Amino acid sequence: MTQDAKLLEVRDIGRTFGGLAALSGVSLTINRGEIYALIGPNGAGKTTLFNILTGIYKPDSGNFRLEGVEMAGKKPSELAKSGISRTFQNIRLFANMSAIENVMVGRHCRTRASVLGAILGNSNTRAEEKSIAEMAKHLLDYVGLSRHAHMLARNLSYGDQRRLEIARALATEPKLLALDEPAAGMNPLETDSLKRLLETIRRDGVTLLLIEHDVKLVMGICDRLAVLNFGKKIAEGEPSQVCSDPLVIEAYLGAS
Amino acid sequence: MKKHLKLAAYAALLLLLPFATGLALGKTWVRILDFALLYVMLALGLNIVVGFAGLLDLGYVAFFAVGAYCYALLASPHFGLHLPFWMILPIGAFSAGIFGMLLGAPTLRLRGDYLAIVTLGFGEIIRIFLNNLDTPYNVTGGPQGIDLIDPIRLGPVSLNQPPGHAVYSYYFLFLLFALATAFVSTRLQHSRIGRAWAAIREDEIAAEAMGIDTRNVKLLAFAMGASFGGLSGGLFAGFEGFVSPESFTLTESIMILSMVVLGGMGHIRGVVFGALLLAILPEALRYVGPLEQSLFGKIVVDPSGLRMLLFGFSLILVMLLRPAGLWPSPTRKRELLAHGETAKHENTDIYDAGR
Amino acid sequence: MDIFLQQLINGIVLGSIYSLVALGYTLVYGIMGLINFAHGDIVMVGAMVTLTVARLLSDSGLPGPLVLGIGMLTAIPACMAVGYLIERIAYRPLRNAPRLAPLITAIGVSILLQNLAMMIWGREYLSFPQILPTRTMAVGGASISAIQLLIVASSTIMMAGLSSLIRKTRLGNAMRATAQNPEVATLMGVNVNTIISITFVLGSALAAVAGMMVSAYYGIAHYDMGFILGLKAFTAAVLGGIGNIEGAMLGGLLLGIIESMGAGYLGTLTGGVMGSNYQDVFAFFVLILVLIFRPSGLLGERVGERP
Ligand SMILES: Nc1ncnc2c1ncn2[C@@H]1O[C@H](COP(=O)(O)OP(=O)(O)OP(=O)(O)O)[C@@H](O)[C@H]1O
Ligand SMILES: [Mg+2]
Repeated sequence: MTQDAKLLEVRDIGRTFGGLAALSGVSLTINRGEIYALIGPNGAGKTTLFNILTGIYKPDSGNFRLEGVEMAGKKPSELAKSGISRTFQNIRLFANMSAIENVMVGRHCRTRASVLGAILGNSNTRAEEKSIAEMAKHLLDYVGLSRHAHMLARNLSYGDQRRLEIARALATEPKLLALDEPAAGMNPLETDSLKRLLETIRRDGVTLLLIEHDVKLVMGICDRLAVLNFGKKIAEGEPSQVCSDPLVIEAYLGAS
Repeated sequence: MKKHLKLAAYAALLLLLPFATGLALGKTWVRILDFALLYVMLALGLNIVVGFAGLLDLGYVAFFAVGAYCYALLASPHFGLHLPFWMILPIGAFSAGIFGMLLGAPTLRLRGDYLAIVTLGFGEIIRIFLNNLDTPYNVTGGPQGIDLIDPIRLGPVSLNQPPGHAVYSYYFLFLLFALATAFVSTRLQHSRIGRAWAAIREDEIAAEAMGIDTRNVKLLAFAMGASFGGLSGGLFAGFEGFVSPESFTLTESIMILSMVVLGGMGHIRGVVFGALLLAILPEALRYVGPLEQSLFGKIVVDPSGLRMLLFGFSLILVMLLRPAGLWPSPTRKRELLAHGETAKHENTDIYDAGR
Repeated sequence: MDIFLQQLINGIVLGSIYSLVALGYTLVYGIMGLINFAHGDIVMVGAMVTLTVARLLSDSGLPGPLVLGIGMLTAIPACMAVGYLIERIAYRPLRNAPRLAPLITAIGVSILLQNLAMMIWGREYLSFPQILPTRTMAVGGASISAIQLLIVASSTIMMAGLSSLIRKTRLGNAMRATAQNPEVATLMGVNVNTIISITFVLGSALAAVAGMMVSAYYGIAHYDMGFILGLKAFTAAVLGGIGNIEGAMLGGLLLGIIESMGAGYLGTLTGGVMGSNYQDVFAFFVLILVLIFRPSGLLGERVGERP
């Protein structure tokens, strides 16, 4: 029996901020294993959608399901536990913790050591602690940061901070990894290696949802994409289709 | 090898300290050492809340009071109960923990400032209740407090024996507990829970988004910190043999907070250092009164006011000049270089009122 | 005597004082998202200064209200200076620091003010000279004293003045803009530092007046009187919706009435078990209940969730 191909179904999501409709009636479906991109001019509502999908905002209307299970209304930590993890547009690392500690925090929801275990330091706890550290090391390696493992997050370069956020999000073992403008502020070289990283992540079985302004990156990497404008979805499909959509062209030209 | 030597030296120092102090300065100063050790425990407890999890608790002494009154009620002629201390201490710690959770619960959804105010109020409220719960039933003994509390007894031996040397036996008991507290703090800090606390302190929203149930983890910090306070309270009651609301004033909370801040929030050695410093230094101010008397022929500045002024100044100066304390942890020291950055991440408004 | 009416009157008087102090919290919070822990102690400074002046002039033969007025006019600039200094020294350098930092310096400032006051004015309760007429007016079975009338009237005037200052003047516009978004305000040419200073100074002036009222009304002043008063006024501000000007006024009045009704009836309700010695506890429970059930307060809008 094959698994259901649909990983995430978003239905009719709406959200207003003091009269401004940041999102209205947005629906989309993301399939298992694909890279799905979300583009649109500034203020189109992309980040707002992310905030809803990760529980930071509650939608005013609509709902969404992960693997068929209703998710709207859950807390961010519950959503992370269910398998949606994210990075932030304005990087939000734990600035005064080392890179490896940042990633270790990501393991929190997949581990269970209690206060008592921590104090007694019994063999289960020690084994778990060891596995956390190993996994964190592995993930730093995976995103290419192992040489900075013990640097404070705040002291990393911008590009490295973005990678660290990805490693931290991966540590929660997400089914869906949502990246909010991961290439922002990167030079072409860094963007290129980011692209390879994203492809590796996909190959390793994680579905990706990607907000990105770098059109070249988006078109080169995603399987399908949706375009938001003024909180509404104005187009969806494969890159080549969407590119030639007159509505999309107008939105971008009109906005710039 | 060298490490062992160092350890042995420390152990010898800690073992001989009270006797040397007693010989050189007299028993009053051994008593001051005992209190310094109690303060170490209190400061380490508050450090869990303020230093590890970044939650400002301004009424910490209330938990100390809960522990102390638990002990006083369960081991004194007041109700005629005389439970052994190994039963009462956990009861006191547990009750304090429960109080901690009850207090934290309504505010943890909100910004840290609210917690600060609520704990500030709570510290006072506890005192008002302690002062007034002598009518209609005499529960707390009112302003007079509770007297004739049983000393701590190890088996058949009371720590008050031999008479007049209690300060020595309590020194070793408190030393044991203080070391245990430091040990537990260290273990917690380097655990999954400790990392979750640090994450919340750094960026609460990111912590929640990374799968940490911030509400529970914060409550846990609160309960843990409070139960340390309750434990020290029990020890205090057994040591003093007497409790009254006088001992649990806001001043005391401020003093403990100053110890944590001055020493270095979140850094265990720094906090221990801060506790010892502020427990012992103000004692030296006792000599200021007589000194003023002999110099000017009258008291010009009230010494206890001077002590508080010192705390006030140290809180402000440390925050302005050395926000990571006098003895910061090695990692926090590096962060001093670039301080403004965290603020940009402090978008706690999302959790503001009206969510 | 009509207990209900009398307690209502007392509550309104008390509430007017709370409102004035609560305004100080709300103004500062609205502009910079900071709870100024030392605000209660500024009220204390106001009380102490007024009291000192009143004592000096009590034998001068000047009419009582005039003495009170002179006391107030001395207290206002003194408190303004204190407020200004506090902001400059303890808060401004930490504007971009982690949130815990200004909270801790605020505590430090509060301790400092209290102990300096203790050194200047001593640890004893100081009594306010009897300079106002003690005549009372009977209103339907209750009585109102001159000082009560004075308190309600002057706090009403001050609040009306503040309201129109904020709504109608350029300064008010700049304050509101800063409260909304300091960066945008800067872009629009507002000097945010100046606005913040002005806000502190305004709040301190209100605190000075409140201090004058408290010490004249209760007839005493003490170096740590600001602590409980500040706590209550903060509760009032939260009750009304912190950051909201009208909310602070409403919250203050409500809290004053709740407290005075509570003090009046608690003994009867609990059969004498709890008396007015628990009066200070009400504010705290009100605070907890508000935080649990309506953290945005009565008039607080759903505060924008904007990060
Ligand atoms: N918390 C909030 N309060 C008020 N308005 C908000 C809030 N969050 C978002 N908005 C508004 O909602 C709209 C959509 O914002 P959003 O951040 O989702 O855009 P975006 O597509 O991510 O833009 P960008 O490409 O600039 O990141 C904007 O007009 C924004 O101002
Ligand atoms: Mg965005």
